[in-house]
Amino acid sequence: MIRTGTDKAVYEGFRDPERISGLAAQIRREAVGEYLFMEVCGGHTHAIRGNGLDKLLPPCITLLSGPGCPVCVTSLSYIDHAVSLLALPDVVTATYGDLLRVPGSRSTLEKEKAAGGDIEVVYSVNEAVELALEKPDKRVVFLAIGFETTAPGSAAGLTEAVRRGAGNFYLLSAHKIMPPAMKAVVEGGTRVTGFICPGHVSTITGSGIYEFMPRDYGVGCVISGFEPADILLSVLMLVRQVNREEPRVEIQYGRAVKPEGNPKALALMKRVFRESDEWWRGFGVIPGSGLQPGGEFEKYDARLVFPAFADDRDEKGACICGSILRGMKSPADCPLFGSVCTPASPAGACMVSAEGACNVNYKFSNHA
Amino acid sequence: MPDVPTRILQGHGSGGEMMKSLIDAVFLPYFGQPFPGGMADSAVLPVSKLLPVFTTDSYVVSPLFFPGGNIGRMAVCGTVNDIAVTGARPAWMSAGFILEEGLELSVLREIVKSMAEEAGRAGVRIVTGDTKVVEKGKADKLFINTTGIGYMDEKYFHIHRGRNVYAGNKVIINGHIGDHSIAVLAARGSFSFSTPAESDCASLAGMITGLLERSGGIHWMRDVTRGGLATVLCELADARDFGVELFEPAVPVSEPVASACDMLGMDPLYLANEGKVVMIVDGSEAESIAEYMKSHPLGASTAVIGEVTGEHPGEVVLHTAAGGSRLVHPLAGEQLPRIC
Repeated sequence: MIRTGTDKAVYEGFRDPERISGLAAQIRREAVGEYLFMEVCGGHTHAIRGNGLDKLLPPCITLLSGPGCPVCVTSLSYIDHAVSLLALPDVVTATYGDLLRVPGSRSTLEKEKAAGGDIEVVYSVNEAVELALEKPDKRVVFLAIGFETTAPGSAAGLTEAVRRGAGNFYLLSAHKIMPPAMKAVVEGGTRVTGFICPGHVSTITGSGIYEFMPRDYGVGCVISGFEPADILLSVLMLVRQVNREEPRVEIQYGRAVKPEGNPKALALMKRVFRESDEWWRGFGVIPGSGLQPGGEFEKYDARLVFPAFADDRDEKGACICGSILRGMKSPADCPLFGSVCTPASPAGACMVSAEGACNVNYKFSNHA
Repeated sequence: MPDVPTRILQGHGSGGEMMKSLIDAVFLPYFGQPFPGGMADSAVLPVSKLLPVFTTDSYVVSPLFFPGGNIGRMAVCGTVNDIAVTGARPAWMSAGFILEEGLELSVLREIVKSMAEEAGRAGVRIVTGDTKVVEKGKADKLFINTTGIGYMDEKYFHIHRGRNVYAGNKVIINGHIGDHSIAVLAARGSFSFSTPAESDCASLAGMITGLLERSGGIHWMRDVTRGGLATVLCELADARDFGVELFEPAVPVSEPVASACDMLGMDPLYLANEGKVVMIVDGSEAESIAEYMKSHPLGASTAVIGEVTGEHPGEVVLHTAAGGSRLVHPLAGEQLPRIC
């Protein structure tokens, strides 16, 4: 796009067509084997397909979408739990817009909202905290989803609510952490030869969380930025790791990610959350992969305050979201893709989120 | 004249004296008396040898006022543009108002005033109207419906169907896309950052008329509103024997919109505009048409952004700035709420 303005130098280099074609040519020269790289983060999937980067890579490099789209891995029972809260007259549910259309086992938040459910769509946890302060006679439940990127925000929101005396603010947390899911991918038999690791998660966590991957599984990791040149450079770095048989953790996204991460955010997460076993769509329960309010904050855990019948089932029928999230199948393999399941009428969560593999594929490629 | 209170009351929609006083105090001073005898429920229009073109649209944008425009100005521009892109000249317009009880009269007056100003600029007359009042809480301040009638010379009949579009034609747009969506979302307080984006809300009739008088090479036009540039071009190519190639590096996007989209994960190709027209023009005339548009105040950042192709019929392919390519699909479900 033609962009005019003063701060374009900040990103222009990362979108420079010459640099990008140079990187693509270098990858084609060096890629001599077979490579199966998983981009864990849905933001990367979107950037790859949106910029048509997959078309620049040689056929010996396959890019797979991973489990790093928080909406996609959200369980049916989480949505069901959120829907069940709407029956309580004094509860207001605050949610990011992404969750509205995710199918639960019987309904969606969008349908419930249309039927009069007390749901407020917010753009940040702060808005949900303000809501709790404005409505002291209500109990505000914030649907806290996301990985290490958004978990510190929810933690900050909860501590802020407590500090300002809003005892009526709760988290229904589906927060998850990335490393256990990556471990589940390789242990599940997907022959990944390298991970393009999530840039935003890593700004919080630092690079240490991936060290087990080369050490225990011999799989290399490159923490990547989201611009086209970032992603191609990360692919090149992974190709070189595989060629040299030297898997390790590298940071491509050095302008944002430090090896030690963000200590302040990590401390806040540690203070507010405890690790829990968490259900991931497509995987089932992954031990130690969830974050729930703990310690002094446990009394704001909506799962405990508003218990619901939780029956964790994977999605029914022909939807293959689960296999897609594990890197076993791609959206085109799904019999529902593009026919029964579309962004306007999604059967599975991967079609709902803008970062979901099915949604991205629907948007940017052929589905006739 | 009886006193007019400062807020809209239920009685203002009664059809009786109070409504007449509202019309006299707010509507007539701006819309004027189009025909002797004042504004009536029906306007009797002169006949024409030209083809009548007829359109209607409702406006529910929130907030009512935003950088670059307001609901009234939009209600005129939107209907004017719907007519103008067919190749017709907009001529007559109706305005229907649904008012929420309690609306400040000064707000209504401001909106009516800008409707009249915009109608004047676009060369249309507002000749009939209607006002209803609903109880407080049953509408969000003010909704407007406008209906427009224009007249088309038969020689432009092919334009709205795109009958003369063929491979080798060029795609032109009259400037930056997405500003309206970003400006309205920002005005609604949806962002935790501020943006200098302003709505592009404008009547395109003057520019389009000037263009049609100068060039016979315009084969298709469409105003780029909801669904954005992507959806409009997909609708053009759908079920036709040609496809469209779009060159991402050529598509004009202002810095505020590009930054906001980067931050929010939105694609400017799907954002709504209120003053943009995309045209398919003859390849040989593309440059001269673009030059004329650039000389017009509403076309300063006009760009040739693509080409009609015989390859991939029915499909729109985007050649990305990164050198890759991908298919472009119409907007699916994820509409931004109430931006128009």
